Parts: sequence; structure tokens; C-alpha cells
Amino acid sequence: MKPRQQRMLAVGLAALGIAIAAALTLQAFKDNMMFFIDISEVVAGNHPAERAFRIGGLVVDGSVQRQDGSLEMSFRVTDLRCELGVRYSGLLPDLFREGKGVVAHGRLADDGIFVADKILAKHDENYMSPEVAASLAANAATETESAGMNVSGCEPV
Amino acid sequence: MIPEIGQFALILALSLALCQGVLPLIGAHRDDAAMMSVARPAAAGQFLFVAVSFGCLIWAFVTDDFSVLYVANHSQLALPTGYKISAVWSAHEGSLLMWLLILAAWTIAVARYSKELPQKFAARVIGVLGLLSVGFLLFALLTSNPFERLHPAAIDGADLNPLLQDPGLAIHPPLLYVGYVGFSVAFAFAIAAMLSGDLDQKWARWTRPWTVIAWLFLTVGIALGSWWAYYELGWGGWWFWDPVENASFMPWLIGTALIHSLAVTERRGLFKSWTLLLAISAFSLSLLGTFLVRSGIIVSVHAFATDPTRGYFILAFLAIVIIGALILYAWRAPALDSAVGFRLLSRETFLLLNNVLLVVAATLVLLGTLAPLIVEMLNGGKISIGPPWFQVAFLVPMLPLIFLLGLGMHTAWRSQDLGPWQRLFRVPAIIAIIVGLIIPLFIYGRVGLLVAVGCIAAVWIVASSLIQPLRSWRRAEGSAGISRSALGMSIAHFGVGFFVLGVTIVSAFGEESDRAMRAGDTIDVAGFQFEMREIRDVQGPNYSAVEGVVEIRRDGEYIGTVRPQKRQYLVQQSWMTEAGIHPTWNKDLFVALGDRIGGGAWSVRIQYKPMIRFIWVGAFIMALGGLVSVSDRRYRQ
Amino acid sequence: MNRFLLPLVAVVVFIPILILGLNTDPRKLPSPYIGKPAPQFELPGLKDPSITVTTASLEGRMTLVNIWATWCVGCRAEHQYLMQLAQQGTIPIYGINWRDSRTQALSWLEQLGDPYVVSGFDADARVGIDWGAYGAPESFLVNPQGIVLYRFAGPLNQAIWEREFQPRILEDAAP
Repeated sequence: MKPRQQRMLAVGLAALGIAIAAALTLQAFKDNMMFFIDISEVVAGNHPAERAFRIGGLVVDGSVQRQDGSLEMSFRVTDLRCELGVRYSGLLPDLFREGKGVVAHGRLADDGIFVADKILAKHDENYMSPEVAASLAANAATETESAGMNVSGCEPV
Repeated sequence: MIPEIGQFALILALSLALCQGVLPLIGAHRDDAAMMSVARPAAAGQFLFVAVSFGCLIWAFVTDDFSVLYVANHSQLALPTGYKISAVWSAHEGSLLMWLLILAAWTIAVARYSKELPQKFAARVIGVLGLLSVGFLLFALLTSNPFERLHPAAIDGADLNPLLQDPGLAIHPPLLYVGYVGFSVAFAFAIAAMLSGDLDQKWARWTRPWTVIAWLFLTVGIALGSWWAYYELGWGGWWFWDPVENASFMPWLIGTALIHSLAVTERRGLFKSWTLLLAISAFSLSLLGTFLVRSGIIVSVHAFATDPTRGYFILAFLAIVIIGALILYAWRAPALDSAVGFRLLSRETFLLLNNVLLVVAATLVLLGTLAPLIVEMLNGGKISIGPPWFQVAFLVPMLPLIFLLGLGMHTAWRSQDLGPWQRLFRVPAIIAIIVGLIIPLFIYGRVGLLVAVGCIAAVWIVASSLIQPLRSWRRAEGSAGISRSALGMSIAHFGVGFFVLGVTIVSAFGEESDRAMRAGDTIDVAGFQFEMREIRDVQGPNYSAVEGVVEIRRDGEYIGTVRPQKRQYLVQQSWMTEAGIHPTWNKDLFVALGDRIGGGAWSVRIQYKPMIRFIWVGAFIMALGGLVSVSDRRYRQ
Repeated sequence: MNRFLLPLVAVVVFIPILILGLNTDPRKLPSPYIGKPAPQFELPGLKDPSITVTTASLEGRMTLVNIWATWCVGCRAEHQYLMQLAQQGTIPIYGINWRDSRTQALSWLEQLGDPYVVSGFDADARVGIDWGAYGAPESFLVNPQGIVLYRFAGPLNQAIWEREFQPRILEDAAP
């Protein structure tokens, strides 16, 4: 094979490989993007209907409930403006605690409770996950600017 | 006093690195032998002072000098001495110092083993490494001084993050860094070749062993990291496609491509400009990985504490290094085209495909890692890309790669006749199909499409990588036998087969069950009976724990006892899950305690992980193959 | 075009993405109160629950408001420096003990010393959130008129004090 043909072959193969990869990527990307939705938005109904998404906030103190000896549990998460109930069955990460930051993957059930299939506590003890932090900080800011007025239907906690 | 000595040694190292980086390069340009001869002593001196500095930091940790901020933040009186030492590289400042030490060590290794290289070339290589040292030394001194004092001294330290109190962490980052940093040698060789404008087959022969050694350390480092994650944070997972994992995986993929492309350049003088580009990319991705991990730009479990100034510094350094190298590349590479040709059916074609597929794989990983960042910048909201996407996307280039690998190994350079080539594969192909179906069907009782493909691919690679060693063994008497280089290749590919088999079986037949258990309960998972004999309190040196004693039986026959723990570390008040694992060669039985859920019960995760050890063993075999191939005679002259 | 320039072009396009990424770091969010009056609050005292700590306590002189907790490692790291500030009489420090248990907080002050003029006990985290804090430790510089001049997230030390706080105190004092 001549060098020119070689190059054609190389470029052709690379182009083909990348085209296939790109096509599959775009297709799969859409299905695998997990959006992070603020709790206030979920409560207001602005969340993806047919697919899983992520929420994050602080676990409300005293809200963790479980039946003795069962893996079923529930708790409430707040973004300091709205609260959302979460149902979960399974093992919790080591850093999960009341009053601490949490991120949950799952869907909103018909009864308005978020059914989590995965609970993450990807933060260290001092600082929480940046996306949760940003969501909380934004709410703390709007809360005072509107001087405690009801912004989107939820009581400021 | 000792910390000040450490800092002073770093400043001295910086001045020596400047000499090492500037004088030899000017000397090589002007043909001035005196200036070029500065390279080796300056490199030795730089290593010495960085080592002194590193020693001072270890000293500060071992003697509990809490007047040093970094020690106060990452150690504690009650911490066992071994972990006091490994705490040195548990966070940003100390691990950067370790990075510097390793870079200096690679430099003196190059200085020591480059005596046969032309003086000008060696001077340039050492000079480029010196400039890289200057960049990292400035980074350490200006933004991340590990010796910063705390006035007044703390009474006790804040303790090492419990996740990191583990032997896996003690050895995994150093190995990873040896690999990461080792690509700087290939990078320096590439820059030196472009500066001199002449790149021949000898260049590839010099570069190859260095690249393979860096690659094998990176392989072992990643494998140990995966193993650590498996038993320490993983709840039984072994790879999470976390940005920090990806940061080490991308240089590995490109480094693997580079090793193969160097083979073509060495044997046939082809792919020269492509090899240069890969050498630049492998190191650039190492730098990018450092940036992603240390700037806090991407959300990750392992990310270091964030500091924007650090982010800007690394980004500036990264930009200068990569853009500088690529300008040089755009200027010099066009002159490197070679006129040799090869047939479509030849080893060159297969290695070309290998490179294209590995680069596509690395690009996909990069895309998935940076996608959340890009989407957020386009105001598309906060997203994350889950492991399922990576698993699918990664298979796309990997499946063809695995099948082509078995063929490419036995294809002749330049041109291969079709007839004998086809005959050669008849036996391994039949073995692959039969054994590849028997394993899932008869051992695990069922088979699906993906499992069959995975098992056949694995056996196919194992079988075809045995062809050459077996042949040379059979006619051993009288013949020269197989070269170390070819033997190394066979071993490494054999390891790939092992790895693929492990991944396939554990993802298809692994079982997992989350249950509530009280003392006395028995649960059946994958045919094993797990009996919780007792749940009791135990005390460790710096933690207290609840321990479950779980006996495992199969059909009444005793198999083993595991003791999973839930530890509470006293200083940081944080909880840690310490899984109980019963390992055997063909399966792991894994028990982890979750939470106390009332009524004397605990939530428990029980897992059956068949052939999971093959994953890490496969990776170690790959590294071993690398080791055998660099011991080849032609690299030892 | 020279195809060997392509990698360079790709990198030059790519780097701005990283720069923008650094700038969108959510951890760098400034407090919404900088240059504005400190948020109104009223907390029971940590040592003596019968007294209250309020926004009015801060007025009349330059003060440092420090959000701390016993579970927070950074707080431990900065505690020595806060003690030094208090002993030298550099600035009165008001503590907000955040999401903590009273007994643990008291024994912490007992063991490590108490740099605070007074600490408010903010068990349900309302006040910490009002200040826009999303972690601990965080420190706020409040001027005699009760305006928040500066916020620092993370453990304080001498270098940060000299670099970030001192110039702002001097600037505010200048007419």
C-alpha cells in the first residue's frame, strides 16, 4: 500500500470509529443524563415526569422514620424553603445523618413522595456537595431579599 | 527548625532545577559541551534536596509536630506510625511534594541510564524534565507550602480521614504517581527529538522501555486503587467511573496506545508524528488529571480540598506545557513523514486499529467526565453522567479491540499471507468458542449474548497469546526460542484475557442482597448460607466499632467466618464501613454492616462476587508482561 | 491548513472551558450580605441559655462572627488562632455554635479555651443559614454600623487575617 492510501485508510477508520462512537454517545447521553433538581422546583411540579433525577438538600432533623427491623425507611429533605418526603429501602452511606447534606437518585411517585433508589452522601464532614450548597445558599439569599415573603408556595422553614 | 530546613531545601531544589532546565537546553542549542554537562549533576542535586524536603515532612509527621499546619490537619497522636507516614501524601500539599520527589527520581534514573545516548539528546531530555520540575516546584512553593506553621501549635491533630487509614491507600498513590509522572520521560524524549528535528528508529528504541515502565506502574497503581475502593468504600463495586478514577484511566489508555505505536516506530520507522502526538497527549492527560483532582472543578468523592488559586496555577502550567509542545509539534512533525509502506493485512494495520480504538475510548471517557461541566456552562442545568453510560460507551471501542488483539499478535510486519494466517487461528478460535460457552453454561448454569461474547473474547485472547510461547517451548532444543520482548507481549495479552473474563463473570453472575439481620438469623445468597452468630462491640486503637460475626456455610459445610465492622473514629466522629470478605481464587463472599435499624437488627449487604479477583490478577499479569518485555536484550545495552 | 496544527487548535478551544469551569465553582459563592446589614437574629446563649445574643449585640464596634461546631475539623484547626486573636484583644469574637450538641460544645470550650465574648446556640441551624453559611467554619467581619464587610469560608490563620481582614478593618476605620 502506498503512503497516501495508508493515510486514507487511517483517516477513514478514525472517522468511522468516531462517527459510530458519537452517534451512540449522543443517543445514550440523553438517557443517562441525571438532572439535579432543586426541591422547591420539584414541589412546584417542575421536574422530569418520566425519568429519574437527583435531588439534594439537608435531611430534616427528627424526620428519619423506620419500622423496627425493616430496611424500609423514610425521611424529609429540605432546601430551606420547601420540604420533600423521601422513601428508601436499603443501606445508607456512612455519612448519612439528620441535619446533614444528602443527594438522592430516584423518581417522584404519584403520592408526591420521592422514591429513591440510591442515596449518596458525597460530602465531607465540613462542606457538603457543591450542588447542594449552591442550592441552599441561593435560597438563603432569596429568603431575606423577599423579607420572608412566600416565594413559590412553600413556607420558609 | 526541621520544617524550615524542608522548605529551604525546596528553594534550593528550585534553583538547581532552573540550572538543570535552562543551561543544558542552551548548551545543546549552541553545541557547548560545558553547559550540557551541567545537566546530570544539577539533576542529582535537585533530587537530593527534594528528598531532604520530603524527609523533613515525614519527620514532622512521625514526631507529631502539630506546629505545622499540614500535620495538624492530617495526623493525630494516636494514629499508628505507619499511617502517620502515609498521611504525608494523603492530601494536596504532601502529595505534591511526593510528585516532585518522583519526578526528580525519574530524572536521575534517566541521567544514569542515558550515558549511551548522544550528549546533545540526553542534555535536552534532562533539560525538559528540569523545566517540568521548575513548574511543579513553583506550584508547591507559591500555592501549596506543606511546611506552613500554625501559631500557636495545636495540642493534637485533626486526624487522618478514616477512609484513608488503610494499607491500600499507603501504597496506591505512590505507584499511581510513578506511572503518571513517568509519562513525563516519554514527553521529554518527544520534545528533545522535535528540538533536534531528527527522529529515527533508535529514538523509539530509547523511549520504549521508559514508557513501558511508567505504564506498568500506572497499571498496578490503578489496579490497587480499584481494589482499595472495592473493600474500603465500594460496597463491593470495583470501578465507579468517578472523575478521579477517569483522570488516571485516560493517561493509561493513551499510554497503552503509545506503547503500541512506539513498537511500530521502532520496528518499521512508521507512525512517527502520531507517536509524538501520543507521547505529548499521555503526559498532557496526566496534567489534566492533576488539574481535575486538585482544582475542585468537578464533583467527586476523592477530590482534594479546593482552592481556586491552585486551579489557576495548574491550568496556566498545563496551558504552557501543552501549547508549547503542540506548537513545536506543528512546526516539526510535517518533516517526519516516512515513505515506507505496508499491506492492508499486516501488523501495522492492526496496531493502527488498536491506536484508533484506544484513542476513541479515551475521548469517550474524557467527554463523559467533562460533560457535567460543559452542560452547566451552557446553562443546561446540573447534570451527572451515570456509570451505565460509561459502561455502554466504553464497550463500543473495546469489543472490536479485544477481538482484533488476538489476530494482530500473530500477523507479520509489512505483509502477511492469508493462508497460513487463517490456519494458525483455527485451533484458538475453536477453543475459544467451546471453552467460552462451557464456562458460563456449566459453571454458572446460564448464558446470555453479552456473557457469551465476553467469555469467548477472553478465552480467545488467552488461547492466542499462548500460541507463540507454546511453539517456542515445543521446539526449545537448539532454537533461540522466543525473545523477551515477544514473551512480554504474550504475557500482557494473557493478562488482558484474564481481566476480561473476570469483568464478564462478575457483572453477569454476581449477586447482591440487602437484608435485615438479627443475631441468630440465616440468609441464603447464591447458594451460600450466611449466619449472623453474634453482633458485639469491639475497640480499636483510635476507633470503637460494632462487629458482626458471620459464619458462611454451603449445604451445611463450613466455609469460613467473616467479621464486618461499623467503626466510629473518635476524633473525627465519623463512621466507616469495614466489609468482611471471604476471598478464594474463584469468588469473594462479601458482608457489610449498614445501620442499626431497631429491634436488635442491622441492615446488612451480602454479596457473591464470582471471579472478581481475576480483574486485579489480570491487571498484575499485564504489568508483569511489561516488566518482562523491558528486560529484552536490545534495551539492556 | 496544516493538519499538524489541529491538535493545537483543539487544545486552544478546550482550555477556555476549563477556565470558565474554575469560575463557576459554586464554593466561591459570595455571601449575599456583603456590604449589607447583618441578618437579624436572636439566639439563646450557649453557656447561659437565659441570655440572648442578638444582632444588636454586635453594634458599636468592629466584630468577628464565627460559625463553629465541634464536629467540624476546620474549626479545630482555627481554634488556636481564634484564641490568639481573643487574648491579644484584636477583635471581639461572637460565636454561633451551629448544628451541635450543647454538652459537646461546652466541653470543647472547656478543653480548648473559649475565645468568644459569647456564643449563641443555633441547634436547628436557622441562624447559620440566615448568614448564608453552608459549612463550618465561616467567619464574618461586621463593622460598628452592623454592615457585613467580609466573609471567609474555611479555617482562619494569621496569613489570612493579615491579608484579608486587616486591610478591610483599616479601610473601614478611615474616614
